[in-house]
Amino acid sequence: MSSVLYDVPGPKARRVSLIGSVVGSLLILGLLAWIISTLAQQGIFEGRRWAIFTRADVWSLLGNGIGATLSAAAVAAVIAFPLGLLLCLLRISDLPAIRIPTRIVLEFLRGMPVVLMMFFVLLVFGTNQFIAVVAGLVLYNAAVFAEIIRAGIQSLPKGQREAGLTIGLTSFQSRMMIELPQAVRRMMPSLVAQLVVLLKDTSLGYIVAYGELLRAVQVMADFLGTQFLFPIFFVAAAIYIAINICVSRIAVWIERRGSKKAAGGVAKAEPAAVETAAK
Amino acid sequence: MDVIIDNLPLYWEGFLRTLFLSAVSGVIALLLGTVLAAARVSPVAALRGFSMTYVEILRNTPLTIAFFFAAIVLPRLGVKFEQFEVAAIIALSAYTAAFIAEAVRSGVNSVPVGQAEAARSIGMKFSQVLNLIILPQALRTVIPPLINILIALVKNSSVAGAFFVLELFGYGRQLANSNGDQVLAVLLGVAFFYLLITVPLGILASTVERKVAIVR
Repeated sequence: MSSVLYDVPGPKARRVSLIGSVVGSLLILGLLAWIISTLAQQGIFEGRRWAIFTRADVWSLLGNGIGATLSAAAVAAVIAFPLGLLLCLLRISDLPAIRIPTRIVLEFLRGMPVVLMMFFVLLVFGTNQFIAVVAGLVLYNAAVFAEIIRAGIQSLPKGQREAGLTIGLTSFQSRMMIELPQAVRRMMPSLVAQLVVLLKDTSLGYIVAYGELLRAVQVMADFLGTQFLFPIFFVAAAIYIAINICVSRIAVWIERRGSKKAAGGVAKAEPAAVETAAK
Repeated sequence: MDVIIDNLPLYWEGFLRTLFLSAVSGVIALLLGTVLAAARVSPVAALRGFSMTYVEILRNTPLTIAFFFAAIVLPRLGVKFEQFEVAAIIALSAYTAAFIAEAVRSGVNSVPVGQAEAARSIGMKFSQVLNLIILPQALRTVIPPLINILIALVKNSSVAGAFFVLELFGYGRQLANSNGDQVLAVLLGVAFFYLLITVPLGILASTVERKVAIVR
């Protein structure tokens, strides 16, 4: 697409673009060099500060943090998905008495900061931190999953449901056997993208003092001394970002694989892109 | 219920600070995000690469990490702030800009190729094609997702409450600690004020979506 915006560059434009690239790269490199030299003046790159990563206990603490992060995310995802399916079925029910209250609940859950829900569960129900984190993640993400799957069902051709009802399936059977399987497949890229959001949001556990990766960083910095804060933070942030980029890549891969298939495969998930756009 | 009415001034102050944080970060993020999106489609390879790297990294960074960096790591590195609001605004706008850049870029990509071709065939330059033809159309498709990003921004600003900024969530935490017996009412009050921002914005998003939708 971007190539349509401008001509295939001629010799003059190529020169301008090359100069632009060089100047741009120099500016970015200069900025990086400035940051690195500022950091170096703070003594960030002294070997002594990074030597802590040769210690096994530092890695085992980091490992515990990663384990806590991943286990909260995994438990939350496993509970949130079926709950999202259920909420979706209630949300598109034929009975207004079910549909409208569900809609209000979903709007409420989606309009709420996740950290507030974690805090709510922690204080009002007096649970431990793990349950509070998982509950906050489940409530929010089940609502988002429900909206994504609903968008998937609405994007199906009307004939799918009509055909299902015509051959004598009940409304519920048609939803379960005809529409949901197609909708979930269509929305797979958005659902996986939402998993990245869920994984990212486990870091909110830091705020309710759940011992996840970022909390581990804080604990180690308090324990070992603040001069180690930057190295530990840097490594932990890199781990977090690497995990998230991997899951994002899986989403992109599923989308590519799906779009190669013929009709009935995974379609472009336009409506749900809105839902998962941020956060 | 009494605890909400008694502390209404605190709620109100927190509400205003949440609005302030969201508004300032929103404006900065919109500007930065549009610049990043423009860099992403520009002919200069270095700009494209920079924009791509920025978006890829920031989109995969948990917001709490961004806040931790701005509020706790940066001061240790010698960047001192007068107020922690500045750190919160840095974290929020840097984070949100990545999402805005992606939304604007997919908006640019949603404009049919023929539009750009037609514009170029009547002799427009790159800047003219972008400013007069592509961006006005792209912005219409982009507005509903942008509003959704801003809703997320309002909700995300609650993380600031954990990093020394007294906004809605920060006051909520404080009140919950000092009124241990009425936690439920305190937090429902906080929830109400968040909904006061997010629900109207959500209705606005779906109205705008219906109004500006272009049938192609």
